[in-house]
Amino acid sequence: MATIFEKELTDLKGTVLKLGAMVEKAISDSIKSLVERNSKLAADVIDKDPQVNALEVEIDEECIRLIALRQPRAGDLRLITTAMKITTDLERIGDLAVDVSERALELNEEPQLKPYIDIPRMAEIAQGMVKDALDALVKRDSALARDVLTRDDLVDNLNFQVFNELLFFMIQDPRTVSRAVKLTYISKYLERIADHATNIAEMVVYLVEGKIIRHMAVSEEKKS
Amino acid sequence: MSVVTTGELKAEVKKLNFYYGSVHALKEINLPIERRKVSALIGPSGCGKTTFLRCFNRMHDLYPHNRYEGEITLYPDNINIISPEIDPIEIRMQISMVFQKPNPFPKSIYENVAYGLRVRGISKRAVLDEKVERSLRGAALWDEVKDRLNHLAFDLSGGQQQRLCIARALATDPRILLFDEPTSALDPTATSKIEELIVELKNEVTIIIVTHNMQQAARVSDYTAFMYLGEIVEFDRTDKIFTAPSNRLTEEYITGRFG
Repeated sequence: MATIFEKELTDLKGTVLKLGAMVEKAISDSIKSLVERNSKLAADVIDKDPQVNALEVEIDEECIRLIALRQPRAGDLRLITTAMKITTDLERIGDLAVDVSERALELNEEPQLKPYIDIPRMAEIAQGMVKDALDALVKRDSALARDVLTRDDLVDNLNFQVFNELLFFMIQDPRTVSRAVKLTYISKYLERIADHATNIAEMVVYLVEGKIIRHMAVSEEKKS
Repeated sequence: MSVVTTGELKAEVKKLNFYYGSVHALKEINLPIERRKVSALIGPSGCGKTTFLRCFNRMHDLYPHNRYEGEITLYPDNINIISPEIDPIEIRMQISMVFQKPNPFPKSIYENVAYGLRVRGISKRAVLDEKVERSLRGAALWDEVKDRLNHLAFDLSGGQQQRLCIARALATDPRILLFDEPTSALDPTATSKIEELIVELKNEVTIIIVTHNMQQAARVSDYTAFMYLGEIVEFDRTDKIFTAPSNRLTEEYITGRFG
């Protein structure tokens, strides 16, 4: 039979996953609102952000309560500290999805500059990173978490590529500048989302292995 | 295992086995004891931690049919504490023990502390006075008792009696101080005084402590050994044991899943 504390930890994990599902949906809806020029959907993402914020605070409070009342140790301690840290990343991802939606609302007011190819691709990778990082958390799978880390470069490269392409548009025709700048913002937001997903994956490695691998190149990590 | 400790060793346990008659209570124990650090032994009841602690000052010699194998080497002299050639009385002067319940002698506060010195043949009043004061100060008790040194030790509170026992243990300038659940009979305030004291004492003496209270091990010790069924399952820096133990059994014990 699970103890009260074990049940509390299971519930905590469930709440973190709920927050994760909310921000995953926010990412995909925000990009959909851009690609499908659906401003109603963009407004939805913005409207739902307070729920994300409220859940973040709720998780924080629960973690503080568990630390104070249960004096967690070892794996339990790592789970609670991980929950606290990744919640901050998830909330930031939610904010970035709001930023994407705001730019989509603005872009949807003007004719579409170009077909969107790389940006949806970036969003798909970034969203997959968030999803897999959270799956890795549930399954305590540090190999999957490490796989997430390797995908950050793909998003960085796409961001660079999108920027160069839009720069070309702007040089060719100054009338495109306003739209092109907004699209570079969106590309940057997605790149930041992938960074937050990377943070989450790094915390999952800590949760599973007890090893802090932040700010370490893969080669360095092998040495330590 | 020796890679865990970083400083000079005060003692080293090598392949220690211990038998109560035919019962094999300690199995192939290896453990470094770092000088002027606190090493904690934790584990569920009956895992052998007290049995192990008692090997360090030969308490088991008091009963027949008890048998040691292996070595506990004391540094820097390189003597094997559990060797039959070594006099257990001499060892107990150098390696003192503080027990679960305070057990002062039915004597005055002063005589409790002076006792071990008198046994050693020290009778000069000036020497005794100086040592008694120093030991009582070392045990953070001096200010509370200096005006009533001739009162009976039993007049003191439980926490004070325990600190008196620590002073008594310190009087003979031990090289290792053993604590066997020193606060299990004390209230939280007295407990935290003893814990503060233990952390302070390690500046002068090497300490090994057995405790049932995991948070106590976490608060006072530098190294922790987790014992189970007479074996050491894991030994590491205390912060490592309490944040990321390597062994599944340790993890389960530390997080309260068993034991």
